[in-house]
Amino acid sequence: MRDVCNSGTLFVVGVATAIAVLIPQIVNLYLVIVYSNLAIMALFALSLAWVWGYGGILCFGQSAFFGLAAYVYAVSVINIGESTAPFLLAVLVPTVFAAVIGALMFYGRVSDIYFAIITLCVTLILYSLISSTAGPQFHIFAARLNGQNGISGFRPLNLPGRSDDVLGPVESFYVCMTFLIGCYVALKFLLSSRFGRVVVAVRENPVRAELLGYDTRWTRTFVFTIGAAIAGLAGALFAVWGTYVNPSLFDLRMAALVIIWVVVGGLGTLAGPMVGAVALQYLGNVLGKQQLANTGMIYGFLLIVFVMLVPQGVFPTMQRLISRWSLRRSQYEMKLLGDDISKGMQGR
Amino acid sequence: MTVGAPLLETQALTKRFGGVLAIDRIDFSVEPRELRCVIGPNGAGKSSFFKCLTGLARATSGRVLFMGQDITRADPCHIARLGIATKTQVPNVFDGLSVRENIWIAANRHSISGVQAMKASENTIQRLGLSTAANAVVGQLAHGARQWVELAMIVVANPKLVLLDEPTAGMSGAEIFRVEKLLNELKSTATIIVVEHDVKFIRRIASHVTVLHNGSILIEGPVATVLSDTRVRDVYLGRHSVT
Repeated sequence: MRDVCNSGTLFVVGVATAIAVLIPQIVNLYLVIVYSNLAIMALFALSLAWVWGYGGILCFGQSAFFGLAAYVYAVSVINIGESTAPFLLAVLVPTVFAAVIGALMFYGRVSDIYFAIITLCVTLILYSLISSTAGPQFHIFAARLNGQNGISGFRPLNLPGRSDDVLGPVESFYVCMTFLIGCYVALKFLLSSRFGRVVVAVRENPVRAELLGYDTRWTRTFVFTIGAAIAGLAGALFAVWGTYVNPSLFDLRMAALVIIWVVVGGLGTLAGPMVGAVALQYLGNVLGKQQLANTGMIYGFLLIVFVMLVPQGVFPTMQRLISRWSLRRSQYEMKLLGDDISKGMQGR
Repeated sequence: MTVGAPLLETQALTKRFGGVLAIDRIDFSVEPRELRCVIGPNGAGKSSFFKCLTGLARATSGRVLFMGQDITRADPCHIARLGIATKTQVPNVFDGLSVRENIWIAANRHSISGVQAMKASENTIQRLGLSTAANAVVGQLAHGARQWVELAMIVVANPKLVLLDEPTAGMSGAEIFRVEKLLNELKSTATIIVVEHDVKFIRRIASHVTVLHNGSILIEGPVATVLSDTRVRDVYLGRHSVT
């Protein structure tokens, strides 16, 4: 509890709530739709911030769960009609998928670098698979997959159980922000729990955690699955937002984008990657309007700049600058503590 | 476990890394509440032997029995849960966490609640004189202090068997004396196996010593007898290879 109710968390929740309440009041409908997309991408970034930043698991294929959820929503809403069950299914399928491949890899003791490569391969395999479904024979009941063209024109979200009450852009924005804030707070709660501390310990030193009796394979599978569930939630919201899905959700660009958001925002924090996602997506929107430079190139350049100059990311660097004076003080205290420990050991 | 049975026993334990025979058919046993030192020159197989006991390495053949239970193929976490606590050669702690968090993590595994883990870790912090440093980040502490934190993590787990790989490496004389005192306290509740090089320290803490050489047991027995054995001296001085 103490960890959840700290000033940083309350600040983030306060700012996010203010945005959720104020945005629809002050901007036009088009911008509300744009900002909904930013909230969805922030949620997607949050999922990797958890898996990579806290679980210490570099998943290069986080977009696989995002894209899978979007496709599951599209296919099932076309078949079912009412959106509640498709939405739940869209979160459930990537979650189960992640639990299975996560368990296979962690119990198989796949090393970190191979884990990153395998997860990237998973998303690229899904890309090839979905891309090659152009013909009319590729359909799941009533839903045609349409290969590169993707699926469009399916139903957006409606109020649970009331298929006539379809949510408008403003209501959808509220839904996105509620899920974003809800997931952020839930992860903060999880991190402050007994289990959350074990998660961080496993990230810090898996061998020591094993020698203390913790099953790191189980812990990592669980962390990975939770991350996939959040990415799935973001993917489902994305499908609802645009009522359009295509194979580019599984491509290399999408897989790299979320990594860049997390690196730029700050690995090891939850709020940083959310801010990184919003800032870079916003930048992408602005850059998209000009013809001078390719957006991808600018993203690549930004990644290099951040890795070299601000390796910890924007958020932790800002935190550090703000508390620089107290850091100096704590370094001095550290020195005193070192002296105290040797005294303590001698005084036993 | 029957009365008088060894707490830990290995039967023809063998570990091969590729073409290298790290440990070769070791038959070893310790009684409950015993403090045994394992010594031997570099490359004798001490660390490989420990790795096989903790599950960090899988034995090529042979068996490891703990309280009569076969743990040869068990995972490190399951072996730890049986009550075997380990200190590896290099300080193996959670560098990014505080002293208090490190000890809490160790206590949490065996506690019913977070509060109980907190109480247990606070007791250990007090007992080992770590109160003033409790909030310090372990990665920023000196080598000896990190070793001490690792020992605190072992103490808080209340183990039945403690495996210590060079617990006094990099410690000052006064710090070594504290480790000795701690081991004497631990001996009343746990069996301890210590890998050490410091002969003075061995003489003070142990009654029995096992000498490893080229992956097998060279000699085993009371400290005075073993340390005065010419074969042991030869092995340490590298005079000739004993087969």
